[in-house]
Amino acid sequence: MRTLTFAQATCEAMAETMEKDPKIFVMGEDLARQGGIFGQFKGLPERFPGRIIDTPISETFIIGGGVGAALAGARPVVDMHFADFIGVPMDEIFNQMAKARYMFGGQARVPLVLRAPDGMTFQGAAQHSQCVEAWFCHIPGIQVVAPSNPYDAKMVLKAAIESDDPVLYFENKILYKEKGELPELGSEEPYQIGKAKLIRSGTDVTIVSYSIGMKNAVGAAAILEKDGIDAEVIDLISLSPWDKQAVLDSVKKTHRLCIVHEAVKQGGFGAEIAATVAEEAIEYLDAPILRYGAPFCPIPFAPTLEKKVRVYTEDLIRGIKSIF
Amino acid sequence: MSIKTYKEATWEAMKEEMLRDPSVYAMAEDIIGNGGSMGHYIGLGQAVGDENRVLDAPISETAIVASAVGAALAGMRPVIDMRFSNCLPVCMDELTNQAAKSRYMFGGQGKVHMVVRCPDGIMKMQGAHHTDCLEAWFAHVPGLQVVIPSSPAEGKGLLKSAIRNDNPVIFFEHKTLFKMEGEVPEEEYTIPIGKARVARDGKDVSIIVYGVMVSRALEAAKVLEQEGVSAEVIDLRTVSPWDKETVLASVRKTGRVVVAHEAVRQCGFGAELSATIGEEAFASLKTPVVRIGAPFVPIPMSPHLEDMCRTLPKDIISAVKRVLS
Amino acid sequence: MEKIVYSKEQARELYEKMATIRYFEACIKHDSLAGEIPGFVHLYIGEEAIATGVCAALRQDDMIESTHRGHGHCIAKGADVNRMMAEIYGKETGLCQGRGGSMHIADFSIGMLGANGVVGGGYNLAAGAALANKAVLKNDKVSVVFFGDGASNRGTFHEAMNVASAWKLPVIFVNEMNCWASTTPYRATCNVENISDRAKGYHIPGVIVDGQDVFAVYEAAKAAVERARSGEGPTLIEAKTYRIEGHFVGDPELYRKKEETLKIFQDTDPLRIFRQKKILPDAECNEIEARCEEAIRKAKEYALSCSYPDAESFMKYVYVD
Repeated sequence: MRTLTFAQATCEAMAETMEKDPKIFVMGEDLARQGGIFGQFKGLPERFPGRIIDTPISETFIIGGGVGAALAGARPVVDMHFADFIGVPMDEIFNQMAKARYMFGGQARVPLVLRAPDGMTFQGAAQHSQCVEAWFCHIPGIQVVAPSNPYDAKMVLKAAIESDDPVLYFENKILYKEKGELPELGSEEPYQIGKAKLIRSGTDVTIVSYSIGMKNAVGAAAILEKDGIDAEVIDLISLSPWDKQAVLDSVKKTHRLCIVHEAVKQGGFGAEIAATVAEEAIEYLDAPILRYGAPFCPIPFAPTLEKKVRVYTEDLIRGIKSIF
Repeated sequence: MSIKTYKEATWEAMKEEMLRDPSVYAMAEDIIGNGGSMGHYIGLGQAVGDENRVLDAPISETAIVASAVGAALAGMRPVIDMRFSNCLPVCMDELTNQAAKSRYMFGGQGKVHMVVRCPDGIMKMQGAHHTDCLEAWFAHVPGLQVVIPSSPAEGKGLLKSAIRNDNPVIFFEHKTLFKMEGEVPEEEYTIPIGKARVARDGKDVSIIVYGVMVSRALEAAKVLEQEGVSAEVIDLRTVSPWDKETVLASVRKTGRVVVAHEAVRQCGFGAELSATIGEEAFASLKTPVVRIGAPFVPIPMSPHLEDMCRTLPKDIISAVKRVLS
Repeated sequence: MEKIVYSKEQARELYEKMATIRYFEACIKHDSLAGEIPGFVHLYIGEEAIATGVCAALRQDDMIESTHRGHGHCIAKGADVNRMMAEIYGKETGLCQGRGGSMHIADFSIGMLGANGVVGGGYNLAAGAALANKAVLKNDKVSVVFFGDGASNRGTFHEAMNVASAWKLPVIFVNEMNCWASTTPYRATCNVENISDRAKGYHIPGVIVDGQDVFAVYEAAKAAVERARSGEGPTLIEAKTYRIEGHFVGDPELYRKKEETLKIFQDTDPLRIFRQKKILPDAECNEIEARCEEAIRKAKEYALSCSYPDAESFMKYVYVD
């Protein structure tokens, strides 16, 4: 086993794929000289000169140019700086990246990865803190992934780069520095987009999450165990497509479901999970589904206010206890 | 009452509000040339006695939206029109990072009273770049309000409220509505934002819809009635904020629910409705909520392919049969 | 610049392309008004010399990004009119198997990377394709993006122009200055008389050319292509033309007078201007036109004979299988 940070793990994924395929290149703001503002491209500019490209602050070009490069036969990885800015190239994502293959009757392929650092750090406030993955799960033609630990970060990024369809790769800013264990090189298991992972087996309640929400999920399960509640924990990893079967199978066993994400609750991806489970497995449910996410409020600045829009592990514990 | 088209009724709403409040103005691409993408602004400047309050914009959606945010912060009440909802992503940052957040970020110092009118939906083989229904994105954004009227009278009353409302409103209008006729009251009226209406009383099943889906649901309800099924149709009118109380009251009465929209089903607003109903009316549900919407595919052009992406009365009927079985 | 002497063969090819576009568009207009063609169509009549002149200066493996008014670009780049017609009719045999239609017509096999329903959606795609070809795939392909005067007011225009200039990308910005942004006269919402003036802001050549003269367009494009291919970077070409038809077929055109438009067409028809140069005898031009008319009649026959795609196949091509 080796220990790497999330950021280092993504660098490894980049290096391994770039080594193999000269058609892969990277572009975005502050990459070549700085190695990415969170160190997530560190070392790559030196190792792959000319293939990590610093762009101007022109998000419609970064994404639209990435799509054009993919249509021309390259395999771009583009970086969004902060996921909050993803509204700027929304047309390039929604109307071009996602639809080119379909509109043109299969003539096009868009093998592109868009890396989007998201989530609350400390006092990033309303325009540097958001989680907006739900918007993209509503868009046919793209895939959405959001890994929660260094090992997955690496394997999911490799799978995303190797995919022939566009992938939005949400990486939580807090997670970058988190350390985790990875198998030795050569004995890692490839990730298949769309597959969830069973993190903890349990019999009483299923907790489903992804990305940084997994901290709440795993944290709650550990504490609940002491109180005699045996929670099963699922890390979705992929949100579109998502592993419905894994969640349904688990719910059929535990009869209770709790969903958690950092994004705003209203219209969040949790709604899709809850609605689907209620439609397809309601007869197995012994209690209403619990769904946790941020309140309907932009992210405030002041620490006391910011605390109010976070989801806490205690919230899950309280909620789960209330359905027994 | 008199019979008016949706186009006429909303035109009147614009005229009345512009005459009532000098800070209201309209801006869009092609608003002068052909009177907007659906001809729904023809003669408006003349009717309010000031052609300068109906402004032609360059093909610069980011400028149209951001200038409206700025104008609103400066005290105006802009009504801007995106021509087609597919232009919304072009100015997504201006809508979600500026319009939605300015008031909150600046601690309540400004008000962003603006209305963004967006004709949306499948009309006639316009392909993947002119047909999407995107309300779910905006219902996930705190600070924005999302209104989706269903008829001429509803359009008029809701548009007037949207203009008078002090928050930014995304106002989705299905393209097929513009020619729809209906009774519109002669007297002055508004319809409150955030309040649903029971479009049809029923006891066996609740059909929760908004926008163009309301008339499709009513059509489905008529057919179902002949088969002995009494369907209640709830017109949400507003999807953010949405009227949970009215929906839950209906669900508690009928115990069976169909949620339908034209937007893509996955992660559509129906998911929020279904999830909330499942959470808060769990004990009242006799069968699982059925949720229908477009399949996970961009809208194709070819007629038979396009038909596969519509949510029609027959789909509602078969969904109702599923919840009844 | 040295004066180019055109061979009869070259001239014939140019005229044939222009005439093909003309008859294609006339057929589409007729059928669309008759309600036979589904969806929105936007016509290129009167602007044929631009696509024809530009694409004549390109190789087949060069790439173009087109607009919602894209039939002309597609024909000029070399697409098969039968499969184009089938696409516009929404048929299975269409270039995009009925998924795209007029507004999303594309033929990747000849570097036609798609018409675009989003005004101003093509610049960054073309710049990105140019970047890929130059810096990643390391070939000498050139990209062209066509756009109208209305589209030049999109922010994407500036982002792409800046990058193309900064990195000397092999991309050519071809503006079809047809004086109308949908229903709005160009100057009503823009204070820059010539779009080519905007090239100065990016330190690249900005060229004005008579968009009704196919030879003039070809020569401007040829120079720009040579510059791009030799690594010197982008050029902005402004081809002055006029939108003869409405914004779309069925446009009520409340904003202008039909007779004025007709007069402009009579004065500036690129096919007539070509004939005036007397490079080909009139009789030969007539023969070419007759041939094109027949080819388009057959294309329509072909489209009508084809079936619609199986509705059950509608989910195919959302993702790579």
